[in-house]
Amino acid sequence: MSSIVARGIRAGYGEREVLRGVDLVVRAGELVALVGPNGAGKSTLLRVLAGLLGPSSGAVAIDGVDVAALDRRAVARHIAVVPQVFETLFPFTVREIAALGRTSRLGTFGTLGSDDARAVSRALDDIGAGDLADRRIDRISGGERQRAVLAMALAQEAGVLLLDEPTAHLDPAHQRATLERVVSLARVRGLAVVAVLHDLNLAAAFATRVVLLADGSVVRDGPPAHVITPELVARVFGPGLRVVAYDGRPFVIPEPPAAEPHARAV
Amino acid sequence: MRTITVFALLAVALVVSAAAGILVGAVAIAPGDVLSALLGANDTSGTIIRELRLPRVLGAALVGGALAAAGALLQGLLRNPLADPFVTGTSAGASLGAVIAVALGLEPLLVPLAAFVGAIGAIALVWRLARLGGRTTVLTVLLAGVVLTSFAGALVTLILVSSDRLALRLRAVLGWLQGGISVISWSELAVAAAVVAVGVVGALLLAPRIDAYAFGEETAAALGVDLDRTTAAVLATTALLTGAAVAIAGLVGFVGLVIPHALRFLLGATHRRLIVASVPAGAMALVLADLGARSALAPAELPVGVITGLVGAPFFLALLVRSRRVIV
Repeated sequence: MSSIVARGIRAGYGEREVLRGVDLVVRAGELVALVGPNGAGKSTLLRVLAGLLGPSSGAVAIDGVDVAALDRRAVARHIAVVPQVFETLFPFTVREIAALGRTSRLGTFGTLGSDDARAVSRALDDIGAGDLADRRIDRISGGERQRAVLAMALAQEAGVLLLDEPTAHLDPAHQRATLERVVSLARVRGLAVVAVLHDLNLAAAFATRVVLLADGSVVRDGPPAHVITPELVARVFGPGLRVVAYDGRPFVIPEPPAAEPHARAV
Repeated sequence: MRTITVFALLAVALVVSAAAGILVGAVAIAPGDVLSALLGANDTSGTIIRELRLPRVLGAALVGGALAAAGALLQGLLRNPLADPFVTGTSAGASLGAVIAVALGLEPLLVPLAAFVGAIGAIALVWRLARLGGRTTVLTVLLAGVVLTSFAGALVTLILVSSDRLALRLRAVLGWLQGGISVISWSELAVAAAVVAVGVVGALLLAPRIDAYAFGEETAAALGVDLDRTTAAVLATTALLTGAAVAIAGLVGFVGLVIPHALRFLLGATHRRLIVASVPAGAMALVLADLGARSALAPAELPVGVITGLVGAPFFLALLVRSRRVIV
């Protein structure tokens, strides 16, 4: 059971500051959705949480240990990242991809033990990719490839799972299936999960909490209905989006275009 | 099962090509005499086999094995099959180092060391240039490699023309520039074998971490790979293998490109298996290429680089066309 705590994070690339003082706490079993307009700093925050980008001020701690004090190997045992890009030119099998999750636990001679093989099999089963294990990664569908990469992150057996737009490039059914798996894993394995999501409706349906970022700051952090409100959506994303309640959940619906005046017809 | 079959076939093919390399030559020697020569018979055939053909076949095997392993390392690091010591300029750097050592009249056994220094200088420079944009891409590595190869080639020619010492061996050196396995002494062979052995062991130890580069450097880091240290170790190992190969045979192109790529289709992508197979496959390929170089226009002899270039360059182009979508 892990928790990840970020305090006063300021970070950016060179001169450009992207995050201007972000606080975030994610506890075991929670799925926190990071939402916000393009350029708000969601992916940058995820990189800082993963220890891949050092903050210019502030700190990230896992179970009270400062991530900056750990080497890459130690960080990878605590934090797993599901990459957004999972294209490879090489014909790895799904099991070999999942086994990459054990990189931080390789022995002296770069070998994997029986513990590692068990963790890999368990990760494949938990994500429903057991029957894909011997298939080549370049010969399966996008949804299956997504599961292979999720298995890789699960095989890390880290307490914190970070996902960068896990539903990008997936059809609605696979988007739902992916997030449902992640939610149940968070509960069963006691993972602290942070997911960058573009789709506010998916965030509302699956997240324990939603963190709305704009211009590198947290605008609001709370349960979906508390964050995805007509006022905040209009303020942060601009006009043209209607927020309605259905079944006690907020839904964001794009407004259809205004009717074109007939005078513009030829 | 498939893996075992591929390895068994590779072993058989390597033995058969080595036997062919020893049996075939400018002077016809009957197979029975070859056998007694190998067992130590003290006649002309014995001298030809033991001092000329056997070292040459072993030299070709070492060069091919080293280049194929180095190619597998570079392709893994760049997660792209379009890389090998030749196209990244590593071989050119090694040849510059080796030519400088010869021009300065250094001990022949120091030539591999000088080639290693040249190789590591070249690959470090290419990597630095390729990283200027922030992330390492195969396209910039190839461009930097092309520039470096022509620059190092110009320097080598300059040294050749201006050095008296080299003028005497001009023909030999020119053959070496095109890639040629010339007369090799047993001591040079022993040094090269030791260096290649160290390089291959290093490559096998690094292999699992190279696998983690499959989805890019950022994901490798997230999986627990120390990028700076691992990249430096892989490049140094590549330079070690390339330096040993170039010290023996000069600029032999494309073996490192073709062999790992072809084996990936048979054995899959994991680098430990790929490197274990690349060494005998590369060895076999270059023994055969050298045999072709000796026999194609016999009694005249082609530099082996001509054979690998004729086969490898079209292969590289085909690969380029097929993977242009993902080259960046």
